[in-house]
Amino acid sequence: MSHSNRTLQLDEEQRLLHFLTIDGLGKEILTEILDTSEGFTGVSERTIKKVPLCRGKVVANLFFENSTRTRTTFELAAKRLSADVLNLNISASAASKGETLLDTLHNLEAMHVDMFIVRHASSGAAHFIAQHADRGVGVINAGDGRHAHPTQAMLDMFTIRRHKGEFVGLRVAIVGDILHSRVARSQILALNSLGVSEVRVVAPRTLLPSDARSLGVHVYHDMEEGVRDVDVIIMLRLQKERMQGTLLPSEHEYFSLFGLTERRLALADSEAIVMHPGPINRGVEMDSKVADGAQSVILQQVSYGIAIRMAVISMVIGTQNLRMQEVAG
Amino acid sequence: MSNNKTLMDAEAVESLVDIMAGKIWTLLNEREISNPLMIGIRTGGVWLAEMLHRELGLEESLGTLDISFYRDDFTQIGMNPEVHPSDLPVPVDDRHIILIDDVLHTGRTIRAALNEIFDYGRPASIILATLVDRSGRELPIQPDIIGLHPELEQDQHITLIGPDPLGLVIGSKTNRSSRGDEQGKDA
Repeated sequence: MSHSNRTLQLDEEQRLLHFLTIDGLGKEILTEILDTSEGFTGVSERTIKKVPLCRGKVVANLFFENSTRTRTTFELAAKRLSADVLNLNISASAASKGETLLDTLHNLEAMHVDMFIVRHASSGAAHFIAQHADRGVGVINAGDGRHAHPTQAMLDMFTIRRHKGEFVGLRVAIVGDILHSRVARSQILALNSLGVSEVRVVAPRTLLPSDARSLGVHVYHDMEEGVRDVDVIIMLRLQKERMQGTLLPSEHEYFSLFGLTERRLALADSEAIVMHPGPINRGVEMDSKVADGAQSVILQQVSYGIAIRMAVISMVIGTQNLRMQEVAG
Repeated sequence: MSNNKTLMDAEAVESLVDIMAGKIWTLLNEREISNPLMIGIRTGGVWLAEMLHRELGLEESLGTLDISFYRDDFTQIGMNPEVHPSDLPVPVDDRHIILIDDVLHTGRTIRAALNEIFDYGRPASIILATLVDRSGRELPIQPDIIGLHPELEQDQHITLIGPDPLGLVIGSKTNRSSRGDEQGKDA
């Protein structure tokens, strides 16, 4: 998969054509995304929170699955780049009328949309759209099934770099539902690509994929052992529906075994940061005192998410522009 | 880049900067401007601005601009892979600004810089000072202060290298479209 992911996402000069998964992307391009995001961080603090980079471009948010925060930050990012934004809540419109994914795509292309930002419950949906989109149209994956959520992973990497400086030498623990988490999968790929020293996953056996170790991680089933001496703790959201199945006994028991409390946080490095992709289930994944505490960087993650998405959107639109010129030339 | 030749070494550039500082000082007095805000355009303009800022003993911290997000050739060149954040230390509203760049050529960099500054606020005035003012203007933009006005052929380029040591080099145009090059700093 890595090779085909690489060729779909990068052009011959290693520029970003689409952003679908971290898989296949090396340290160089990930670092370029982080550096470009750094340039965009100041824009949100200015009088006019806009740069003219993508003026006249049309970005369509294709959300087949609801997500207020991700859609909002993508929308804000595109608007801060001066692009025009279409928000399409597909589950409520075309799909229910029997229109296929490709029909929807081609209809939007006929309206000269320059970019699709895709959120879908099926793994591989964004890839499918990227493979079928017109030349010159870029696709960004905003979360597909259990597969990938690359912009979330990159804003997490950005948050880590902002607080810790370097990736080399860091120990990072990811705690929670690894099995169903596209966020965790993307984070693990990004952390390993950027060269952290140790990635740990901490979870009950029922919430770990059977091949967890092949992802390049150290597996822990004990929370205290798992977070000991780490520099970064990433808590994952526990989907409520997992509770109704047989995977977990109860929220209360999950919290008592895997919840992040002040006592457990004290086992990590004294400068450790606490992250969470949101929204938090307080008292399930973590104690409110930790979520709102001095080591929590959860709200900064949200702010950085806009800069990361501005970077990825502008990089992809920039590369697709060049591609169109090559055709014209 | 083998056909580059040095037009000025560090010492010569520094004495040119001294002269520019004197001219800026005179102009500020003429216009009765006190406590101006100096802004350097990345990269060469920042090196020069640091020297001028020191020499003029300005109180306000130096600002830096990276105009990558305001370039008019984004659709031709894509995203600059080496963009840095712009950093203006204070609001620009009602401030007198001294904008510093290394080479004024087409005027497009300055157009971009002016647009970016106005996205931060509404300055009272802007003075433009450049080390080199060369021919080839494509926009109606003129400097208030210049260090040097060399006679150049259209296919020649002039570049400030640095930061340590600084130098002005002249060469003939090579293919500068490859990625990672400093994009069009002579624009």
